[in-house]
Amino acid sequence: MMTDLKNVRPYGDQLGDGAVQLSFTLPIEYGPLARETAKRFCEALGFQDITIATMEDLGENFTFFVIYGKTAVSVDASSIKVVAPKFRKMTREQLDELVQREFNRKIVVVGATIGTDAHTVGLDSILNMKGFHGDYGLERYHAFKVYNMGAQVSPVELIKKVREVDADVILVSQVVTQRNVHIKQLTELMDLLYAEGLREDLLVIVGGPRITHELALELGYDAGFGAGTVPSDVANFIVQELLKKYSH
Amino acid sequence: MDRPRIRLDKKLVDYARELAKEITDQVQEMINQHSTVSVERAVLRLFGVDGVTDDQIPLVNVVVDKIKEWEMLQDGVAKPIVNAMIVLDKNVQEVAEAVVDGLDLRSLPRVSDDKLNLKMQELSRQSLEKIEKISQYRESLLKELGDPPQPYKYLIVATGNIYEDVVQARAAVKQGADIIAVIRSTAQSLLDYVPYGATTEGYGGTYATQENFRIMRQALDDMARKVGRYIRQVNYASGLCMPEIAALAALEGLDILLNDAMYGILFRDINMIRTFTDQYISRLLCAFSGITINTGEDNYLTTADAIEKAHTVTASQLINEQFAIKAGMKPRLMGLGHAFEINPDIEDGLLYEISHAMLARELFANYPIKYMPPTKFMTGNIFKGYAMETLYNLVSIMTGQSIQLLGILTEAIHTPYLHDRYLALVNANYVFNNARHLRQEIAFKENGFIEKRANQVLKEAVNLLEHTRDVGLLKAIEEGQFADISRQRNGGKGLEGVFRKSENYINPIQDELEKRLGVRR
Repeated sequence: MMTDLKNVRPYGDQLGDGAVQLSFTLPIEYGPLARETAKRFCEALGFQDITIATMEDLGENFTFFVIYGKTAVSVDASSIKVVAPKFRKMTREQLDELVQREFNRKIVVVGATIGTDAHTVGLDSILNMKGFHGDYGLERYHAFKVYNMGAQVSPVELIKKVREVDADVILVSQVVTQRNVHIKQLTELMDLLYAEGLREDLLVIVGGPRITHELALELGYDAGFGAGTVPSDVANFIVQELLKKYSH
Repeated sequence: MDRPRIRLDKKLVDYARELAKEITDQVQEMINQHSTVSVERAVLRLFGVDGVTDDQIPLVNVVVDKIKEWEMLQDGVAKPIVNAMIVLDKNVQEVAEAVVDGLDLRSLPRVSDDKLNLKMQELSRQSLEKIEKISQYRESLLKELGDPPQPYKYLIVATGNIYEDVVQARAAVKQGADIIAVIRSTAQSLLDYVPYGATTEGYGGTYATQENFRIMRQALDDMARKVGRYIRQVNYASGLCMPEIAALAALEGLDILLNDAMYGILFRDINMIRTFTDQYISRLLCAFSGITINTGEDNYLTTADAIEKAHTVTASQLINEQFAIKAGMKPRLMGLGHAFEINPDIEDGLLYEISHAMLARELFANYPIKYMPPTKFMTGNIFKGYAMETLYNLVSIMTGQSIQLLGILTEAIHTPYLHDRYLALVNANYVFNNARHLRQEIAFKENGFIEKRANQVLKEAVNLLEHTRDVGLLKAIEEGQFADISRQRNGGKGLEGVFRKSENYINPIQDELEKRLGVRR
């Protein structure tokens, strides 16, 4: 089966059928008006052949929908350039050896979840010895000395630590956020790094389920790692990027 | 028998409790020598001080800070304030306002100790009578409306806006929720004051304020009457203001408070002495008001492995239990926590989960234990996440858990949408109804995997408790024995708010609570 990259649509069970599943809630009392509104809403989104698989009464004048529709909209994937952190995948042993040879010291990494976010799940899975998905965390590498500051760290505390341990890399994680507060917090940290004159000396990386590389670059970070990232991705990026940085 | 049993090594169970008692005895000695600014502010709140300054600083903070500045705090806040009430013939609110306006309590003449003590006792009794009436009303309402069957379905709302929380809570109750918790704004646990008034802005949650408590209480009682079953209200005490939150919860008739003896230390980096002292006073208040505490052992498994570190949950439950006993709590108020957090890729993970759930159930047979959903391994694949919630609900109904915090399929992505909560209830309603009496039909194999595993976890918990007894709890926390997190006794937030009591220290509320609860020290 050949996908026409110039003309890509979602796939249900036939190439080009444009099948999509949606679920959402409307703030309308359960009933015929809610049903028709949901249908019109889907049409306005560009869907045809709309099937309301279920609509359910949530109470308080809210109605929940699960809907299938088909779309004629297509995207030219052949013209898209994707930005992602660039690195060659090397093994842990290779990286350890490379760092030993090229740096002759450990790379110092400070990690923290900044601002109000209390979740360390992402940070821990990248940094902790144990790692994530059978992929060991940065603490397991000889190449790194890791300081995991945990959750709800203020940018000021973070920077204090960076100075104290003479860090090479900052790793910030943002997991659960509301009303885009994570953008504000990430901007605050970056502003402070510049104000303190630390930015140029550091590799600053952000991770989290709502983070993309593109967003990270926009905010002035060196890289953004989103969902599905394993620790070795981050490890490879750090080592290879620092090598580039120091060879200049 | 309305639930399956497993046989635990009885001697080991008794020994584990004895160890936990020794551990907490040591800490209690230290607690008894200390008080904190939040304890003192709670006394003022219970005497009736309310309100904030023009800068939104609670009056109780201003007064306690002033008394500290005057170096009078080591005797407790009650004495200078009640002295001023008598000398100036003002009520407590008027005295507090006068202090805010610049009254220097050092300038006042001192009345006799007898007069002072009499007045302090009177104020304490009035305060506790008020709380007693509130908790009696809760009980009568529970009787009138009826208690839903366990496991209670516990749902969280977290919009940041109390009025929007109310809409979501009402919808959740209509869909079958038995317990509504309003998650706090994420950084509130680190605020050394309790915000004031109805609030409509928060991040990841809604501020815990007395007014927000009242608004939600009213809404839940209205809904409870509509649906014909009692609805419980939850908030969170852990943090720098445990005693004050407990006082406000008692005054507004909350049913459950998250209240863990070590959570603040480990997960919020709050000073140990501060947290241990605060948890004691806040639990006295919970015990007296009939507020169920929920402990936070589930958190251990989000930082450490759920199989390797299962025993830390058990050890912490036993420590929390002994601290609660010291505060006069009865088992019916001890909602000890645990969680369904094993890596879903592990073969027979379900057997481990059942085993751990049975261990908690068996150790704390008549306690309203609280079971927490998967969080660590929830992914963006909400469909798989929803399947995990189904197994979680099944384990709960078959092992007879008490309080079921429903898992949300979008846990890993954002705070719950309205329909995420609905889907959680659809799942729980389906599983609980479909497997309602499954537990009556189950007998676990003698000396089978589940029984052996439970006893093994218990044994490991005993080893940890033995070590903790030998080095002391403070040292064990410094070593990082709990949740793999190490904290120092002289570190952490809120240390500056801890003080050593003088020989003349008086806390009339504490005295009265200890007397009535029969835990007089």
